[in-house]
Amino acid sequence: MFKKDISAGSKTKVKSSVQRGIRAKVLETYPLLEPYIDEIMPKKEQLDLVKLPDRVSLYTLPPQPLFYQHMDDPLLPHLTLIHRYPHCFPRIRIDRGAIRFVLSGASLMAPGLTSPGGRLPDPSAGDDYDYGKSDLEPGSVVVVEAEGKENACMVGVLKMGTREMKEKKKGVAIDQGHYLGDGLWNLGLD
Amino acid sequence: MAESSVPTQQPAKQVLYCGICSLPPEYCEFGGTTKKCEEWLLSNHPDIHRQLYSQEVLEANMAALSVEAQKRAEKDASKKAAKASALEQRQAAERAESQVLIKRVERSKRKYVTVVSGLEAFGLELKKVAKDFGKKFATGSSVTKVPGGGEEITVQGDLSDDVFDFITETYPVVPEDNIDCIEDKKKKAG
Ligand SMILES: [Zn+2]
Repeated sequence: MFKKDISAGSKTKVKSSVQRGIRAKVLETYPLLEPYIDEIMPKKEQLDLVKLPDRVSLYTLPPQPLFYQHMDDPLLPHLTLIHRYPHCFPRIRIDRGAIRFVLSGASLMAPGLTSPGGRLPDPSAGDDYDYGKSDLEPGSVVVVEAEGKENACMVGVLKMGTREMKEKKKGVAIDQGHYLGDGLWNLGLD
Repeated sequence: MAESSVPTQQPAKQVLYCGICSLPPEYCEFGGTTKKCEEWLLSNHPDIHRQLYSQEVLEANMAALSVEAQKRAEKDASKKAAKASALEQRQAAERAESQVLIKRVERSKRKYVTVVSGLEAFGLELKKVAKDFGKKFATGSSVTKVPGGGEEITVQGDLSDDVFDFITETYPVVPEDNIDCIEDKKKKAG
């Protein structure tokens, strides 16, 4: 979605009623953020809404980007927010070989997740498994981590459910994600 | 996804970002500025440098990929690095040859403007520079289109020498030797 460099459009203050709505939506989509929500969006501070190309809205607590949204799609967390609260989002992991493709803006393909270095939710896994026990449906927001790396490299919406990925082992898992070094990452917010 | 067993009250994580490529340093290896990134990390965060560039880590990275994939990734990385350094060299060469012209132009009898052209070759943003001139000399200063294409800065008043001094002091990217002051006289005498 942000393969090309972008520049910020108009910037407006978010009305407090709208801000309450955003807060509720965020908690509905990412319930694990609950303990941190006052830290992320302090009640007394006003968010900015920055318009981006292709009808994307970016919510910031200046100068920090928080969430972005394409039209009325789900609110997606900016990667810097994910880096601060990595355990609050459903996660999957790609193998090392897939990293450079993801970072160059390619679609994330299922084999990068089903190979030995990849990780998907696993109903038979033990309690200390980091990547969840229940499979994720198409349309779910997921954070993509990488083999051998501590921090996430991408976030996006699943095109294919994780159970199907395990069965087919091919096809597009996520396209149009937000990844490290993309236009949204490099966006200058003064 | 709410069934995650991770204790929820961990504090927000502080992630370090690379001063060169802006990614978390563990991802620097995938960019085109790997060498510079490594130098930056070594001089700014030697402890993290030790972790990321230790022999064990490098070996583990190798082991995670098949020999084939490793070769392809290496080729890809060296291509990227070559591209980045070629671009840098080209820019340096362009800069060395570029000339900034400060021209005194007579607008009417005893009325002069000072026209500055060529600054963009040094990566300066003309709009910003024009603003700086205006502030510094408390005069009108704007970016104007050149009939043949391109843009230059027009400053109200006869300020060639002051502009020369200001440029050399404020924008060290422009070498003094690359700046020329000329007079453009409409009338023959002088
Ligand atoms: Zn770097």
